[in-house]
Amino acid sequence: MSTMTVESFRPVAQRKPKTYLTEGGRTLSSWLLTTDHKRIGILYLYSIIVYFFIAAVAAALIRLELLTPQGDMVTSETYNKLFTLHGVLMVWFFLIPSIPAVLGNFVIPMMIGARDVAFPKLNLLSWYLFNAGGLLALYSIIVGGVDTGWTFYTPYSSSFSNWHVVTMAAGIFVAGFGTILTGLNFIITIHRMRAPGLRWHRMPLFLWSLYSTSVIMVLATPVLAMTLALMALERIWGLGLFDPKLGGDPVLFQHLFWFYSHPAVYIMILPGMGVVSELITCFARKQIFGYHYVAYSSVAIAILGFLVWGHHMFVTSQSVYAGFAFSFLSFMVAVPSGVKVFNWTMTLFRGSISFQTPMLYALGFIGLFVVGGLTGLFLASLAVDVHLSDTYFIVAHFHYIMVGGMVTAFMGGLHYWWPKISGRLYPERLGQIAALITYIGFNLTFFPQFVMGYLGMPRRYHAYPGEFQIYHILSSAGASILAVGYVLPLLYFLWSLKYGKRAPANPWNATGLEWQTTSPPPKHNFEETPVVTGEPYQYSPEAEEEMVHG
Amino acid sequence: MNSTVIPPKISLRIWAALMGLLLLTWGLAQIDLGRYNVVAALAIAVTKMLLVILFFMHVRYNTRLTWVFVAAGFIWFLILVDLSLSDYLTRGVVRGTYPNSFEVRQSPPSTPRPVQSIPKRETSETK
Amino acid sequence: MAEARTALAEQFEDMPQQLEASRQGMWTFLATEVLFFGGMFMGYIIYRHIYPEAFGAASKHTIVLYGTINTAILLTSSLTMALAVHAAQESRQRALFRWLLVTVFLGLCFLGVKGLEYHEDLDEHLWPGAHFRADLPPQSQIFWFLYWSMTGLHAIHVTVGVVVLSMMARMAARGLFSTHYHTPIEISGLYWHFVDIVWIYLYPLLYLINRYS
Repeated sequence: MSTMTVESFRPVAQRKPKTYLTEGGRTLSSWLLTTDHKRIGILYLYSIIVYFFIAAVAAALIRLELLTPQGDMVTSETYNKLFTLHGVLMVWFFLIPSIPAVLGNFVIPMMIGARDVAFPKLNLLSWYLFNAGGLLALYSIIVGGVDTGWTFYTPYSSSFSNWHVVTMAAGIFVAGFGTILTGLNFIITIHRMRAPGLRWHRMPLFLWSLYSTSVIMVLATPVLAMTLALMALERIWGLGLFDPKLGGDPVLFQHLFWFYSHPAVYIMILPGMGVVSELITCFARKQIFGYHYVAYSSVAIAILGFLVWGHHMFVTSQSVYAGFAFSFLSFMVAVPSGVKVFNWTMTLFRGSISFQTPMLYALGFIGLFVVGGLTGLFLASLAVDVHLSDTYFIVAHFHYIMVGGMVTAFMGGLHYWWPKISGRLYPERLGQIAALITYIGFNLTFFPQFVMGYLGMPRRYHAYPGEFQIYHILSSAGASILAVGYVLPLLYFLWSLKYGKRAPANPWNATGLEWQTTSPPPKHNFEETPVVTGEPYQYSPEAEEEMVHG
Repeated sequence: MNSTVIPPKISLRIWAALMGLLLLTWGLAQIDLGRYNVVAALAIAVTKMLLVILFFMHVRYNTRLTWVFVAAGFIWFLILVDLSLSDYLTRGVVRGTYPNSFEVRQSPPSTPRPVQSIPKRETSETK
Repeated sequence: MAEARTALAEQFEDMPQQLEASRQGMWTFLATEVLFFGGMFMGYIIYRHIYPEAFGAASKHTIVLYGTINTAILLTSSLTMALAVHAAQESRQRALFRWLLVTVFLGLCFLGVKGLEYHEDLDEHLWPGAHFRADLPPQSQIFWFLYWSMTGLHAIHVTVGVVVLSMMARMAARGLFSTHYHTPIEISGLYWHFVDIVWIYLYPLLYLINRYS
């Protein structure tokens, strides 16, 4: 059934209802000066796609170089710049904003029944700060690149390397303030702008996750800003806190850096967990199992995540006692994540499961996150970490969580909310195929890395002993498949904007306030402020099975 | 509309207390109290901070949620300091590991040691 | 009140919601500032623990007179800010304007004294680097690096505060604030008090180490 046929029967006055895409203007400046959280979410989506592709090109070059044991494609310095570029752009300019700034911005006010976030102008400022930082980062790459790794360890970054470190640090500093403002906005929005009847324990779990993420953003990012500033000052003035010539300790930089960067990885996974809670309940047609446990586990992860940073420093001159404390705390922080996995599994049990694209991504998330999380426990064990530090085991571990976990969840969320955002349906069969391609490509890319890391292949090396070549070949082959899996959705989402079927208000029959308004929604989200009277996720698999099968 | 009104008389008294504490902290610094100098100075600073927060910033009359927001920043700063100190205070304590890498507890040399220059790595891009 | 209605931003339902949201928003921002300064405070704590004598020797060269005067200035400016908020709560427009101006003036005095102090510090060769005074151990340069960066960052915050409060004073002169709406005054006040609190800690940590010898 083509939309053209249906449209031509509608009287002219009713043909195009006002939505946020048309209301408020269609000019470029109406978008660039918007304070509408939905438009800002889309602005972020465009931005992160650009940074993602630049970082992906760097990854492609890395994987091409690693096909052969010799360092024959690029020099070692260029190789260092490639993995630095990949890390910096992927962490700060893709992963951290992905779910919060795109899906969070779009969905949060609707999910709580509000007209907008608490501070819409600050929201727009966040996007500009984000891109100002991104431009500084890109400038650093264009003038020759940074070769310190995304971790900027001193004294290499502060006393050696090159001056592009300063502009790169400045870019991350500025973008960091965008993140802080986004987190601040979400915290106040969730505290103060909930619809009548929407008590904390009636909120969808996506909100609990994003709230916890925002707390981490607000408390951790300022320390990163200060740390990068101190490192840059040391570079500019030639002396500072980390210079051994004056009695400074380079490891102090690492304490300050990882105090932020460990919680940052929770910024990069908690939103994904929130999305998964929404997807599992909707596509298993079932109440979440253990709502309170899942909600509080997000808070626990946010708090405990601040206590474990020393596990990145087991092989530095950090004291053995501190290492012992951090190792123990790292085991503790795995518990709330485990709680979530158990609860999702129990939600699936006796649910009425269907395998649409968002669900495929959600199921993929659970499996891949479990692998990534369990290998994190290997690394939390002090003695094992000494052997595995700075090997490909670490690279595989964090890619399983960040790509297998967060990016998968982001894709799942994007597919789930796409009808709401664009008013169109993406082609379902293609979506399922792309999800499968991603899953296969991902595992082929990163599983061999666990094996070779355990066998001793170091990370950040562009030349390596011949015995590891087979693993690198498998990994690079997987990467090319993974690339297809990511390009396909970009293409069919764009296609759907013009040719996709028009979406109804609630294509998934999901619960949640955002589905009670049209797809796409009007500028102020709701015609009247909704009132919430019941618990979230009031699905009933038995009732629906009966309806379907009689 | 629902912000508490604090009469100027109270604000003036708080100010007087703050100035008194300033005098006290300056005075105590002139006397050698050993390691209690630091304790005293910090205790007075914390007291001044609490007076400003509770009265000038109205936190005494705010909701419990506001207290949580106020406390969170300081608690998180303390986490940063405490867990880092757990490293610095225990380095070299375990027998058989390398000794404390800083030459701590030795008085600084009476003549400054010449600073050795570490040769910079030679690449085309080093500043 | 027409005045109150136009001051309500469209995403909020009513004035109390707007006030509470703004207040909590400012406190969230201040928490980030605690952690921002916190990085340098942590550096200070670690290195003072490791090099107590070098820090003591270095601190002797700070100018206690200027530091103490500045502390008194900032504490008094907190009082005048609190009085400004009180005036706003009672819709006393002229008093509000006056107290804001006095606070701005005190902030400028602080910056002036700081400028004089920086000038003397530079004359004493207390800028870390090749020309640092030769009679101090090398680790004292770490103290002085922290001095310049912590007081410098603080001075930047004071400057921002002075600019913001000047803008508030201008708005107050146009009669924009009243009992029903003075949220910007209150949250600017929170920022200003925070800047005062940072200095409350900087003063003993930088000026009062080993003053007795």
